[in-house]
Amino acid sequence: MASNLIDALFIFMLACFIGFEVIRHVSPLLHTPLMSLTNALDAIAVVGAIVLVGERKSTFATVLGFIAIVAATSNVVGGFLITDRMLKMFKSSRPVKK
Amino acid sequence: MTDFAGSQYAIEIIYLIASALFILSLKWMSSPATARHGIWAGEIGMVLAIAGTLLRHGIVDWKWIIIALVLGSGIGIPLGMVQMTAVPQRTALSHAFGALCVTLVGTAEFYLRTPTVPRFMMSVLSMEVILGSLTFTGSLMAAGKLQEILPQRPITYKGQNVVNLGMLAIAVATAVYLVLHPEAKQFFPVMVAIPLVFGVFMVIPIGGADMPTVISLLNSYAGLSAAAMGFVLDSKLLIIAGALDGSSGLILSVIMSKAMNRSFTNVLFGAFGQVQTAAAGAQEAKPVHSATPEESAAILAAANKVVIVPGYGMAVAQAQHKVRELYDLLTKKGVEVRFAIHPVAGRMPGHMNVLLAEADIPYDRLIEMDEINGDFPQTDVALVIGANDVTNPAARTDASSPIYGMPILDVDKAHTVMVIKRGMSPGFAGIDNPLYYLPNTLMLFGDAKQFVGAIVRELSGGH
Repeated sequence: MASNLIDALFIFMLACFIGFEVIRHVSPLLHTPLMSLTNALDAIAVVGAIVLVGERKSTFATVLGFIAIVAATSNVVGGFLITDRMLKMFKSSRPVKK
Repeated sequence: MTDFAGSQYAIEIIYLIASALFILSLKWMSSPATARHGIWAGEIGMVLAIAGTLLRHGIVDWKWIIIALVLGSGIGIPLGMVQMTAVPQRTALSHAFGALCVTLVGTAEFYLRTPTVPRFMMSVLSMEVILGSLTFTGSLMAAGKLQEILPQRPITYKGQNVVNLGMLAIAVATAVYLVLHPEAKQFFPVMVAIPLVFGVFMVIPIGGADMPTVISLLNSYAGLSAAAMGFVLDSKLLIIAGALDGSSGLILSVIMSKAMNRSFTNVLFGAFGQVQTAAAGAQEAKPVHSATPEESAAILAAANKVVIVPGYGMAVAQAQHKVRELYDLLTKKGVEVRFAIHPVAGRMPGHMNVLLAEADIPYDRLIEMDEINGDFPQTDVALVIGANDVTNPAARTDASSPIYGMPILDVDKAHTVMVIKRGMSPGFAGIDNPLYYLPNTLMLFGDAKQFVGAIVRELSGGH
């Protein structure tokens, strides 16, 4: 258990560094879609909620898990959808030069 | 048993692939040319992760999972189809949903595990629940302010910071107690309820112009709470996704607060409210020059280089499509038109870029502050539409100004400055803008959409 915990901390630390490096290079142009995309990715928390509902350990846990799945799924679907709509709008002037 | 272990490995491999896809997804966001690949990567990763989870051995009940997934999608689709002007509040709302999910899962996990919760697990679980619940109500408040259901101006009162910090302290103290005594489950609701109240109080003193920083900060909290949940559930995928989201939100908040020359603590604890009264009192009637749409059109048509500076006022007036017509007409006349984007223009990071992109303005015409500031002295006309404080030269020159030191767009250095504004009332920060009294500034009084529309009519008619 203790080694698991340390592993997890290492993973967290590395992921933070990767996050900083990757996001630093995102153009300010795309900061809004970036936020909606990270939001959609963050909704991977749905995985935890699915396990909670699927294992049916207690009614209380199942009810909370059910609401959690609904909330997270709406972020997944809505987040990807709006990010895609936003990115579709970003056009360069070069290829469509008239 | 070996079969179980086998499928367990398969699921972990699926999570590993999903994690890699998530990182790629963000990496591809670095440029508009590859950004849409990023969405595919994210979507594939997400589908893999969910499918993998459904295959888990312990899952016995699929019915409610499927119902919840369908229901969530049903809510998600309209939330993904909102108008581009509503994106800031939609984003705040989705932070609230993300935080709600994390808080609920954390709560359920606690009651499943109590009375024996290892100390480390209880610590991360507390962090998950505290961050989750304050992000939930804080984001709802932010969404309410952005949707203008709630008043946008900051609400401050005496002792506000003491009250807020006090609440946070009680929540943390409860968490510490629970770490030491995880069987004391009667205290758990306290640890959820106080941050819920704190979230409301945290956003009350925050005004509209500080929203970009606050939304980014809430984004970061939502990510960190998800990462904490990853520790609780021992899910590496969740730790990675949460860390990515958390660092993304943190970077954005740093960029935003730098662009306002303020620290986090200053945004969170030092609402502009106190400064306002003093600054507003110093106002007096000074002469300004104003111009009609006809005159403005003539000046714009005679220019070689025009820089348009959009602000939140443009979004409020929904003027972006009229601005696009103006852009087209001027470009056709051979005028070089570019847009100067201040990092905190609007209500969330990148807000102006999205609105202008929606109006079909090519993204290579949208120029960041640092890049365009050097060009203002060679600019014939700087046209400010609905922006105020980000163009205030007092930030450069007047050490007594509350916004002194904030990086601004140097529009005052352009040959002619035109400012479309409803009236002479000061902007969000309540600070008088000396730009309006400069000899090379023309005030164009009116609604942004109507005024730009009038200029467009003049330009197209006079040709």
